Amino acid sequence: MSRTVVIDPVTRIEGHSKITIQLDDRGEVTDAHFHVTQFRGFERITQGRPVHEMPAIMARICGICPVSHMVASSKAVDDIMAVEPTPTGADLRRVINLGQIVQSNALSFFHLSSPDLLFGFDADPAVRNIVGVARANPQLAKDGIGLRKWGQQIIEWIAGKRIHPEGIVPGGVATPLTAEVRDRILDGVPEAIAAVERAIAWYKSDMLRWEEEAATFGNFRSAFMGLVDRQGNVDHYGGWIRVVDADGKALAERIDPRTFNDYIGEAVEPWSYLKSPYWKAMGYPDGMYRVGPLARLNVAERTGTPRADEELEKFRWRVGRVAGSSFHYHYARLIDTLHAIERIDALLRGPDILDTHVRSYAGINRREGIGVSEAPRGTLMHHYRVDDDGIVQWANLVIATGHNNMAMNRAVLQVARHHVKGEAITEPMLNRVEAVIRCYDPCLSCSTHALGQMALRIQLLAPDGTVLDELAR
Amino acid sequence: MSVYTLTIDGKDVAGSDGQTIMEVAEENGIDIPGLCHLEGIHDRGACRLCVVEIAGSPKLAAACVTQIAEGMEVTAHSDALLEYRRTITEMLFMERNHVCAVCVANNHCELQDTAEDMGLTHFDLPRISPKADIDASHPLFAIDHNRCILCLRCVRVCDEIEGAHTWDVMHRGLDTRVQTDMGIPWGESPTCTSCGKCVQVCPTGALFEKGRAVARGSKRRRPFLPWMKVVAEERGL
Ligand code: SF4
Ligand code: SF4
Ligand code: FES
Repeated sequence: MSRTVVIDPVTRIEGHSKITIQLDDRGEVTDAHFHVTQFRGFERITQGRPVHEMPAIMARICGICPVSHMVASSKAVDDIMAVEPTPTGADLRRVINLGQIVQSNALSFFHLSSPDLLFGFDADPAVRNIVGVARANPQLAKDGIGLRKWGQQIIEWIAGKRIHPEGIVPGGVATPLTAEVRDRILDGVPEAIAAVERAIAWYKSDMLRWEEEAATFGNFRSAFMGLVDRQGNVDHYGGWIRVVDADGKALAERIDPRTFNDYIGEAVEPWSYLKSPYWKAMGYPDGMYRVGPLARLNVAERTGTPRADEELEKFRWRVGRVAGSSFHYHYARLIDTLHAIERIDALLRGPDILDTHVRSYAGINRREGIGVSEAPRGTLMHHYRVDDDGIVQWANLVIATGHNNMAMNRAVLQVARHHVKGEAITEPMLNRVEAVIRCYDPCLSCSTHALGQMALRIQLLAPDGTVLDELAR
Repeated sequence: MSVYTLTIDGKDVAGSDGQTIMEVAEENGIDIPGLCHLEGIHDRGACRLCVVEIAGSPKLAAACVTQIAEGMEVTAHSDALLEYRRTITEMLFMERNHVCAVCVANNHCELQDTAEDMGLTHFDLPRISPKADIDASHPLFAIDHNRCILCLRCVRVCDEIEGAHTWDVMHRGLDTRVQTDMGIPWGESPTCTSCGKCVQVCPTGALFEKGRAVARGSKRRRPFLPWMKVVAEERGL
């Protein structure tokens, strides 16, 4: 008799989902699905609204990375207006976006994932949390909290409110930066760098413990996608889309982000509200690719900042030029954070950063606009169509968790194959399925446009679909 | 011109023949809430927020359109009046679709300010959620009927100050809408002079300058049009 395992609340990730694991007659895992079970049509809500409202509406898709949506959305509206933000406006957007990267990466690594790494995946959940981390390794917890706060402050100081900032607007940013705010942010740089470097050192010293996990946590061949600048460095804000295969060979060297639709298809599966984007040239489902911190490091030549490049070299020496295991998202996330801090520092030291010309104005000059940027979890695409008066007729978003959808399913399957033994859901299996999903740090509320807390249910299903075992928490 | 004496909230006040309760209250530092009243244009009594009690009268009266009389005893503030005004404010919200968080007028909105003053913290009345359009055909301005409270300030300022009379009102009841030139798109209006006065006087996010991002309010804080004061004085309003 075959069976399916369903894991339901993936605790400590945002959104709403369910996991089912399909067993065959011999009790072997044949398939696994990560279902996204909630849906709220944000694309629909925006129809009929003036396009200038889009950045703020889009920011409300997600309380975790509102800034990323504002950036991609404002870029899409820039495109509709056919204007470039002023150079200082663009740089300030970059700084805000990087502040978001720092705070969100810190949340993912320190608050959500470090408990597993510190205590082991099977440790008592009562200890395996950020409070436990604060007891066992106070410096680690303190560094995480400090980094997150610094990132949030950047957003708040430059863009206004930290949850739903309003400072990023079509054409640039709403207000110029003051010397006082710049200096306040710069004052925090040395401590931020020290904090993330301590975390990197700790992670490296502890890495070997997780060899089994690294080998089985979504360790497979796939393509990777991310934005790079003219020199092939990581670019979180602009530049070109680069896609490499599992061997690091470029599938596309420099795609103009505006043409992403020519390269990416979106498949819909009946078991999930989350669409599955794929690389068109390879077809569905072979055209699976991953985005996010790991993908950013895999596609770029370098990060483009000295300390992060030094760490990237060590990273590649340890895990290869193109890291295949999703477990390495954690490691990559730390290097991504280090790079973001260095980049913020460099941008704020730029000679024109206090320039008061921070916004360009224009009317509706195109009927269609696309904005692409790197969100903490990966490449984010906003695509709108408007009428002549600038009223939104149609909108589509391809978000990071969507890009990673197929890879997440594959990762869950791999972990299930490795850990499902017998007909019942075991704790270690449950813990690891949750943990592998957490590598991708999926932000389900935004990817499905759902509001609400993540809750995970896991079900073990027989071949005929009957539920053999079920666990929810 | 005869002078009348009366009391408002127990305070002895005086005003001249033809003045409204609202004006006399204002002169005497008594604040009566109102969303359609605007100095410089004629009062219309559209929003009913300014309701007051007059001793001996069984009905509530709108202070902005009720003239004073000798010996009047007006109650402008009481728990009951606050409750009425709160409900009126709530009804203004329920009649259309107000989503402050993503509204151009967020934090620059008189309806929002009024709700705050009334202590309106949540809605009990059922939502009507009407289907309302946006007309963004004008090159500079747009109207979002989702946010209109039918105060008719736009209609009055356009008629009385600009002299264009582009704005008027169409349909009835819940379907009532302000319209431009017999319901043609604003951008095609032959009478609109694009002066922007309607946008300036609109208390909410209904009329706004195109291209404004959310919460980047489209108007300056009042008093915003100094000439309106002059006009008011000239006309003895
Ligand atoms: S018009 Fe005022 S009350 Fe209505 S949604 Fe806009 S800000 Fe809120
Ligand atoms: S558009 Fe503005 S000014 Fe005109 S009636 Fe509506 S709320 Fe009043
Ligand atoms: S202010 Fe009197 S009815 Fe509106």
